[in-house]
Amino acid sequence: MHEMSIALAVIDQVEEAAERAGDVTAVRSVRLQVGELAGVVPDALSFSFELACAGTLLEGAALVTETVPGRARCETCAHEWAVGMPPRLTCPRCEGGTTDLLAGRELRIAGVDWEDGPAPAPTREPISEER
Amino acid sequence: MCRTVDLNQAVLARNDGAAHTLRAELAARGTTLVNLLSSPGSGKTALLEHELSLARERSVPVAALTADLATENDAARLARSGASVKQVLTDGLCHLEAGMLARHLEGWLPESTRLLFVENVGNLVCPASYDLGETLRVVLASVTEGEDKPLKYPTAFGLAHLVVVTKTDIAEAVDFDETAFRANVEQVNPGVEVLLTSVRGRQGLGTLLDRALAAADGAAPHRPVMARQGHGHGHDHAHAEHAGVTVASRS
Ligand SMILES: Nc1nc2c(ncn2[C@@H]2O[C@H](COP(=O)(O)OP(=O)(O)OP(=O)(O)O)[C@@H](O)[C@H]2O)c(=O)[nH]1
Ligand SMILES: [Mg+2]
Ligand SMILES: [Zn+2]
Ligand SMILES: [Zn+2]
Repeated sequence: MHEMSIALAVIDQVEEAAERAGDVTAVRSVRLQVGELAGVVPDALSFSFELACAGTLLEGAALVTETVPGRARCETCAHEWAVGMPPRLTCPRCEGGTTDLLAGRELRIAGVDWEDGPAPAPTREPISEER
Repeated sequence: MCRTVDLNQAVLARNDGAAHTLRAELAARGTTLVNLLSSPGSGKTALLEHELSLARERSVPVAALTADLATENDAARLARSGASVKQVLTDGLCHLEAGMLARHLEGWLPESTRLLFVENVGNLVCPASYDLGETLRVVLASVTEGEDKPLKYPTAFGLAHLVVVTKTDIAEAVDFDETAFRANVEQVNPGVEVLLTSVRGRQGLGTLLDRALAAADGAAPHRPVMARQGHGHGHDHAHAEHAGVTVASRS
């Protein structure tokens, strides 16, 4: 089950991005684009992600996956179609020519929601230096 | 405060970067990598044994690395050919990754190697997502697995540069429908070549070696439709950035 490897790769990259940003205290959610033809099962990925996030900056983060449907275009007759699953990558209209894949192989981290900035200090309590 | 940040990064960027680096390093030393994928027991090792022996007869410097979850059986079988062979145990990981492979090659791969065959972990799902820096990706299916496998594992068959049918000697016994199989391959990977082989019936032996040598000589490999999406899972990352990065492999 390589969904665990994929989940770990997502976590690594988000942690790196958080480190670059400097002051991230928690990650709330991660938005992922998963193409129909990416060879990844979103449910299995969510399960692995939850397990793998434990003890990291991403603990408790939600994984929001957007499935990207596969789309193809025939170079010969310019017909465009949804490839479906299992995918049909030969042109359904002219039965020939060359096909271009327009979408469906995505496996991308679109973005994240995270908490940053200094943790808001409790307003009324004096901080140690002032005592 | 809560902030929404766009990252727009390929999840497999690190593997793809390591694969890109390895492909360039191998090219610089004249080695061509062939990645063999199939479900468990399709006959990868059996076919490879023959291709390695033939390569040795023809004085082609070959090496093979085989990855399994457990046992060194495959390496022992392959080593009978006299080729340089290495067994990798993946410690529970169901596929090879490029950084991991690169580390296993270090200090082992003989300098003069022309063809390096990598037998991936028997699995038609996970290895398909990981580029290993290969020039030729070969996906095998035995006649006993049924004609519909290309449709059930479209990512594996859809990204193949070459599809190999194995065990044709028992095709009749299992009612293998070659026409249906070819049509299913064509549906997910239009134009890809399908080779028929049998170790027992001595069919098509040496053809895989011929295709590998042609690729090593610079023949442009087949371009699968699935590999044609402006680099599907994103190579818009800067490759240079990945050079020399130590890639962590995890199970
Ligand atoms: N009849 C017949 N049997 C074959 C042929 N090739 C392989 N086999 C048998 O199929 C079984 C599996 O072959 P292997 O070469 O070990 O398959 P593999 O793909 O390397 O298996 P894993 O590495 O475990 O995934 C063995 O019992 C082989 O003897 C063939 O051409 N004909
Ligand atoms: Mg084997
Ligand atoms: Zn797996
Ligand atoms: Zn058309």
